[in-house]
Amino acid sequence: MPEIKVTPLGAGQDVGRSCILVSIAGKNVMLDCGMHMGYNDDRRFPDFSYITQNGRLTDFLDCVIISHFHLDHCGALPYFSEMVGYDGPIYMTHPTKAICPILLEDYRKITVDKKGEINFFTSQMIKDCMKKVVAVHLHQTVQVDEELEIKAYYAGHVLGAAMFQIKVGCESVVYTGDYNMTPDRHLGAAWIDKCYPDLLISESTYATTIRDSKRCRERDFLKKVHETVERGGKVLIPVFALGRAQELCILLETFWERMNLKAPIYFSTGLTEKANHYYKLFITWTNQKIRKTFVQRNMFEFKHIKAFDRAFADNVVFATPGMLHAGQSLQIFRKWAGNEKNMVIMPGYCVQGTVGHKILSGQRKLEMEGRQILEVKMQVEYMSFSAHADAKGIMQLIRQAEPRNVLLVHGEAKKMEFLKQKIEQEFHVNCYMPANGETTTIFTNPSIPVDISLGLLKRETAIGLLPDAKKPKLMHGTLIMKDNSFRLVSPEQALKELGFAEHQLRFTCRVHIQDPRKEHETVLRVYNHLKGVLKDYSVQHLPDGSITVESILIQATAHSEDQGTKVLLVSWTYQDEELGSYLTSLLKKGLPPSTA
Amino acid sequence: QQQHEDLSAKKLRLTKPSKSAALHVDLCKATSPADALQYLLQFARKPVEAESVEGVVRILLEHYYKENDASVRLKIASLLGLLSKTAGFSPDCIVDDAINTLQNEKSHQVLAQLLDTLLVIGTKLTENPSVRMRLVEVACKHLTDSSHGVRNKCLQLIGCLGPVEKGVAKEVESQAAKDVQKIIGDHFNDQDPRVRTAAIKAMLQLHERGLKLQQAIYSQVKLCINFIVPIPSSNEEIRLVDDAFGKICHMVSDGSWVVRVQAAKLLGSMQQVSSHFLEQTLDKKLMSDLRRKRTAHERAKELYSSGEFSSGRKWGDDAPKEEIDTGAVNLIESGACGAFVHGLEDEMYEVRIAAVEALCMLAQSSPSFAEKCLDFLVDMFNDEIEEVRLQSIHTMRKISNNITLREDQLDTVLAVLEDSSRDIREALHELLCCTNVSTKEGIHLALVELLKNLTKYPTDRESIWKCLKFLGSRHPTLVLPLVPELLSTHPFFDTPEPDMDDPAYIAVLVLIFNAAKSCPTMPALFSDHTFRHYAYLRDSLSHLVPPLRLPGRKLVSSPVSPSITPHEDPSQQFLHQSLERVYNLQHLDPQGIQELLEFTIRDLQRLGELQSELAGMADFTATYLQCQLLLIKALQEKLWNVAAPLYLKQNALASAAAKQILEETYKMEFMYSGVESRQVVIIHHMRLQAKALQLIVTARTTRGVEPLFGMCEKFLQEVDSFQRCFISELPHMQGSFVDKLLDLMPRLVTSKPSEVVKILQTTLRQSTFLHLPLPEQLHRATANIIEPTGESDNPLRFTSGLVVALDVDATLEHVQDPQGTVKVQVLYPDGQAQLIHPKPADFRNPGPGRHRLITRVYLSHTAWTEPCQIEVRLLLAYNSNRSKASAKIPKSTWNESLETLPQPENVIEGTIPFSKPVKVYIMPKPARR
Repeated sequence: MPEIKVTPLGAGQDVGRSCILVSIAGKNVMLDCGMHMGYNDDRRFPDFSYITQNGRLTDFLDCVIISHFHLDHCGALPYFSEMVGYDGPIYMTHPTKAICPILLEDYRKITVDKKGEINFFTSQMIKDCMKKVVAVHLHQTVQVDEELEIKAYYAGHVLGAAMFQIKVGCESVVYTGDYNMTPDRHLGAAWIDKCYPDLLISESTYATTIRDSKRCRERDFLKKVHETVERGGKVLIPVFALGRAQELCILLETFWERMNLKAPIYFSTGLTEKANHYYKLFITWTNQKIRKTFVQRNMFEFKHIKAFDRAFADNVVFATPGMLHAGQSLQIFRKWAGNEKNMVIMPGYCVQGTVGHKILSGQRKLEMEGRQILEVKMQVEYMSFSAHADAKGIMQLIRQAEPRNVLLVHGEAKKMEFLKQKIEQEFHVNCYMPANGETTTIFTNPSIPVDISLGLLKRETAIGLLPDAKKPKLMHGTLIMKDNSFRLVSPEQALKELGFAEHQLRFTCRVHIQDPRKEHETVLRVYNHLKGVLKDYSVQHLPDGSITVESILIQATAHSEDQGTKVLLVSWTYQDEELGSYLTSLLKKGLPPSTA
Repeated sequence: QQQHEDLSAKKLRLTKPSKSAALHVDLCKATSPADALQYLLQFARKPVEAESVEGVVRILLEHYYKENDASVRLKIASLLGLLSKTAGFSPDCIVDDAINTLQNEKSHQVLAQLLDTLLVIGTKLTENPSVRMRLVEVACKHLTDSSHGVRNKCLQLIGCLGPVEKGVAKEVESQAAKDVQKIIGDHFNDQDPRVRTAAIKAMLQLHERGLKLQQAIYSQVKLCINFIVPIPSSNEEIRLVDDAFGKICHMVSDGSWVVRVQAAKLLGSMQQVSSHFLEQTLDKKLMSDLRRKRTAHERAKELYSSGEFSSGRKWGDDAPKEEIDTGAVNLIESGACGAFVHGLEDEMYEVRIAAVEALCMLAQSSPSFAEKCLDFLVDMFNDEIEEVRLQSIHTMRKISNNITLREDQLDTVLAVLEDSSRDIREALHELLCCTNVSTKEGIHLALVELLKNLTKYPTDRESIWKCLKFLGSRHPTLVLPLVPELLSTHPFFDTPEPDMDDPAYIAVLVLIFNAAKSCPTMPALFSDHTFRHYAYLRDSLSHLVPPLRLPGRKLVSSPVSPSITPHEDPSQQFLHQSLERVYNLQHLDPQGIQELLEFTIRDLQRLGELQSELAGMADFTATYLQCQLLLIKALQEKLWNVAAPLYLKQNALASAAAKQILEETYKMEFMYSGVESRQVVIIHHMRLQAKALQLIVTARTTRGVEPLFGMCEKFLQEVDSFQRCFISELPHMQGSFVDKLLDLMPRLVTSKPSEVVKILQTTLRQSTFLHLPLPEQLHRATANIIEPTGESDNPLRFTSGLVVALDVDATLEHVQDPQGTVKVQVLYPDGQAQLIHPKPADFRNPGPGRHRLITRVYLSHTAWTEPCQIEVRLLLAYNSNRSKASAKIPKSTWNESLETLPQPENVIEGTIPFSKPVKVYIMPKPARR
């Protein structure tokens, strides 16, 4: 039985460090190569030694696919390709390829320059790594080799996020990466066609959440920001440089414009300019509204949002990173945390272990580095703006793709369990949720394409009723397996090709009938009976006293011992087996009482 | 043979119309298929009289049998269909022939076309069951055809004609009825998707005609729904409606947005769905039932906190909760609930609009649903696409009688007032006009926001005042406690008198006065100047300020209670009386007549100004009387009897009068909506008189007879055409000019031009004044250019030779078919005039009888030395042929099917300016070298 094996190296019953190994029909594919936000030791990268203990990974992997540029999906890439060693192709979409190195560089800077770690990848490594990347377009089918092909679908989530379909022959796996089924202010919704994959590997960050209408969320967000600003407080919105930041910027920008507000909005510098530049560039990846209006005004050219200035940082500030685990957002948070007028709005998910997660869990006293205790007086608000599909969205995607199996990754175990139940209940498909390092095996039942000669097809479809697209149809033919290919040909042709002579196979059967009359009368009765029953077949009475039904021959002789019993000899070829056996059973039932 | 004899007999009979004969000749002449096709195409452009249709059909059929080329046969087949549509022709005689043709046809396209023809015939002969049965049989036979086109048509035919009433007919037929369903059902699994679609459509058609669908087939339909755009198969059992509703809810989250749009639309069209199903479409998480009842306000805050899923609003509440046994309460599958929530936040605005429309339709039929969907609609006011916002505002207005806005909702609604789009703001004002507000804070909030809007966009003045008028009259009790604050009165101190010209102050007063109308205690709170201001506003803005019963004052006008019917309305009476008076003056001396007419015209004009609802009527009659007056003046006897040297002045007067009458009659005919044919006759009659007058004047001024001949002839032709067009109305026109003229017609035709002129002169003078009957409703088309305002002192500078775009924004009222008639005219200082036809898409239709033109006019000119003003105005184009054509000949289906014909209706005969010209300051600069 062919099988697909899936082993998560990261993101199995966990969020962060996405890295999933898939072997499908003898091909090994690695999906994503991320780092973990919560750890600063070796655990931050996936354990690549699982693939091989020594030597380069190139021999063991056919390709690597990166779904989007978030570091928990691509953060380990330079380490993996340069330090562990991988020279095969790495696939990602164009925006991802453009933005990914910026984020990696930023990450490297924070780790090496700020934290002073050694033995980390270098800028050169990032560059070398990016040289191995092959960019793909949406819906473009890329042949990795003769058998393995991949195809990207739009996933929403962030600019350039994609879902990938990996296909070998007719077995296929869809990996969703992170996706969003509800469009937001700058991106559209994920979409996939009904591709019936054998396995759908889906993220499940919000497995137990069904978010209410995004409009309510937006309204609440704006209201909270507005109120705090009017009260004279400051609002800190920790975001990642790309993604939510842009959505919230557009949201605030349009609101500011509509309400004619003057209070400045600041955005932490650095990545922003570059990021906005890419957003302007990849306008085709954004939503309908932005695509349609960018000719008049590019929505990413903000009027009210200014670059961050330490001296004037006031009012509303967007700061990176989003989980308050390091960098500018943490600095500002420490400065503002003491004032109860201020507010911090967490617009997205926070990984366990980060400051963001702690304050959201209600901790009011935080232990910072150097044994300092920070008391949090400011208001802490959570607003789920993160662009992951909620439970409903996940179900919706499953309904769209109609997979035969579902596998959940990128979520917390307890929540996955819940969603798994729901999926099995509603779709009646198997659902798996392996932990890191645990291998899931899925048996597939691939259909095998067979070439059929046109002549045979026409001949066979001509028999019987109108062809019906939905139902399987029985055909007669000879299957030739030769040179790794399958062909269905007519028996004559097969014989010819193989150089065999045809052997006739005939079945003969005797049927005893009680009939005291003369032989030819019996024959006549049989003939009339058959003629009456088999209206669609040609029934002929030959002059030599035998009957033919199509090619089946029926002869009657008197029984040698008992003249009252007539023996009917029915003979048919192998090809007419169906009709022949029907006829014998018919005759065995006996003739109808004579009417003549 | 029989047929052939029949044919020849027909031909003999048909020599007179000769159309068929001509066709026959043409077709015989045709040597190649292309020629024949050409002839047929030509033939198709002309209408055929009902009585000659049969003959034509015979000839066509004859050629059909002879023809080898499939395209010609196809055309003939389509012509047969068109011909059998001809009104007054009963196609039963050609059914047999049409069916016969089917037997031998090989081409699939022709077959399909023939079946189409049969369908047309069948729909015309719905009363004849035997014909229908035959047609259905024929169609069933052809269902096995290999071409999808043929199968499609067959199914369509069966759907339209298949027998519906079981049991009523004979046994055999009811058997067939069952078969029809089965036959169509079988094709649900056809391999061609087009045929599947056709099959489902046919089934739908059958259903619409009243056939009860069987249970088994219902399940088939459900299956197919996944593959094509879904079709509702609402069934005899209400539960099935619900089930279908659930299925379609699913489709709202389909992968293809086209399907999503369709699904959302369908949701709106399903009216009988039970209410708990409807409510689930608004809640994504309704996996368990709402166990506790909550107040409306609470629900606004935590609409989504029920069920086993978390809402994503609070951190940490998404730990899996205990599972609730949902099997029992889950009405719609979890995928389908919240369909509208999905639809409303869809990526494509097309889907969002469709969802809003669907909400509107469902809410109109279910008040409880209206209440629930309010939150969602209000949220849509902040959509990023303007169209969606506009649509949701309109929707809200439509359902506003079912709902009361809460304060927080009002807050969101009012926030949209700052929108920079005028459309949105005006729509919102209209919405506020008919909104119910629950608290006095709400009213205050609304007023404050509206005033803010007023300062931000002063052009919205009228619209805001109107809005406040309705707001006040709807909520008198809520306004009452606000009055002291609004008027800033103080119990002890006198406050300064506000500025009377301040639009904001006027807005407040409009609100208060309208509230005071049904709240007699309110005037007690007014201070002195308020009363003075009331008197002023009552006079200057009478349409906004109602009459009030003020203490110590007489009422300005008697209260008009709504029970008074229009005929008892004093102003209406006045109108009729004054008209009566005019019509009765047959025997007054000319001087008296003139004076009376002048007075009446003045009265009517004033009446029109005062009573806006009668303005159209009054203006219309005033114009008519004006024409009459001009005619009388021009015909005054003493002027005509003066000596030759004084002719000149007299002629100028008369010809000017004639010209003006002509203009006025065109105005009367085309500028008023609601003009009926009775009025059109009178108008045309007046125009005829003007033309006669013109003829007389020309006859007196021109030397020589030659040009007169032509003119006389032309005039007589006009009389003739008048007679033809309005023959039915002639009996009502006893003693009129045309009546007398027609009596003298034989003499006129034979006499010389000078004689004719003499006769005309006497008849004109002797003819009586025709009574102008008034239609029920009459409105004058008006236009008001809002933008450009014409107030700017800054010239619009542009380089000569290039173009500059000028945005024109105008409101049109009571214009019929503005897309075809309204033009923009630009007059340059050098007298050059430019006529611009706005695109049909530039016209919006905000309400019945009202249109809004927002277009862009491109100007260009050679360089000027200094800035100058150009004039922009709106014109109403008219074409007298068109009105006649549309009035007299009902548009035949024959003509409709031939879109390729050049439409003679688009020709503009003349234009009437109907808006005040607006001056725009422009400055084309010479191009820099």
